[in-house]
Amino acid sequence: MKLKQLESLLGSLEQFSTPKIELEQYPTGAHIASRMLYTAENSFEDVNSKVVADFGCGCGTLGLAAGLLGAESVIGLDIDAESLEIAYANANELELDMDFIQCDIKNLKWRGQIVETVVMNPPFGTRRKGADMDFLSSAMKVASQAVYSLHKTTTREHVKRAALRDYNARSAEVICELRYDVPQLYKFHKKKEVDIAVDLWRFVPQRKQERSL
Amino acid sequence: MRLLTHNMLSSNIKGVANRFPLKIEVVKVVEKEVDFNIDFLKNMFHKVEWKALAEASRTMGYTELPETADATMLDSDDFLHKFHHALLELHLEEGALVCPETGRKFPVNKGIPNMLLHEDEV
Ligand SMILES: C[S@@+](CC[C@H](N)C(=O)[O-])C[C@H]1O[C@@H](n2cnc3c(N)ncnc32)[C@H](O)[C@@H]1O
Repeated sequence: MKLKQLESLLGSLEQFSTPKIELEQYPTGAHIASRMLYTAENSFEDVNSKVVADFGCGCGTLGLAAGLLGAESVIGLDIDAESLEIAYANANELELDMDFIQCDIKNLKWRGQIVETVVMNPPFGTRRKGADMDFLSSAMKVASQAVYSLHKTTTREHVKRAALRDYNARSAEVICELRYDVPQLYKFHKKKEVDIAVDLWRFVPQRKQERSL
Repeated sequence: MRLLTHNMLSSNIKGVANRFPLKIEVVKVVEKEVDFNIDFLKNMFHKVEWKALAEASRTMGYTELPETADATMLDSDDFLHKFHHALLELHLEEGALVCPETGRKFPVNKGIPNMLLHEDEV
């Protein structure tokens, strides 16, 4: 599938109807989502025929992008039931099978090496400090092959250090810097759209022995 | 929820020693056809807990998987098709997942397990 086609399919998906501030529910735009998954597949072969998990899947854009690029199985996780319902409807719309689990990423306990790739747009940690790092920590435990994630560019050094030192990353690379539009969903945003710089990261976990629970 | 997903989920309640596999209570199972991918199955065979998969599929009403399996069976087309069906095509649509130690139920509605914990379980 061509990048343009992927972006336009993702652009037609339903987004959060009443976004919840405390969960940092802003949609991962079709522009960013399509580039993220396209790169994961075409530069690194981390998507096609893989088991992919989308952490904090919201309305499912990233996971569905993985499905469109041929992931064998996609699992979306979110704490919020309403978002999962929208994601479920989006999956039906694209005629993709995606599994969903309602859970808190902080309390995840998964067995084994089944998930190869995790893709995510975690909360940036602006509402609850450390939310972004909780996601990264869990993702690195679950993925056997790669983790793709978005983090504010201002946190670059911190993310790199934490990934290599605390979360068992073999490598942590910024693939590119992107502009992320946080729409004016919330009253405290004065401007119509707040445009922030985010990094697209690729983390490679250390090879693991079979993990114990 | 497919059994591939069930094969990695475990009870996340604090202090529980015996977390896996979650038992399944079935209210409704649905089947959805998925393209057959031999390389994927051969790769997954080494990652799944066979016993958990075989038991789960039986609970879901599919009795074709053997109790035990080893890699030589991957040469059999018949075996691969059964493995494929159990792993990817059976969905628990309504029911519950049950913690093997405490019996705590995690409800499954519209195919989505709710693994959220109460405050005193975190
Ligand atoms: C920036 S949004 C991601 C949007 C998503 N990629 C999309 O395209 O719709 C962050 C998501 O993380 C979810 N979330 C926040 N905290 C969470 C937690 N502790 N566990 C699981 N999900 C969480 C929110 O509900 C929200 O859907």
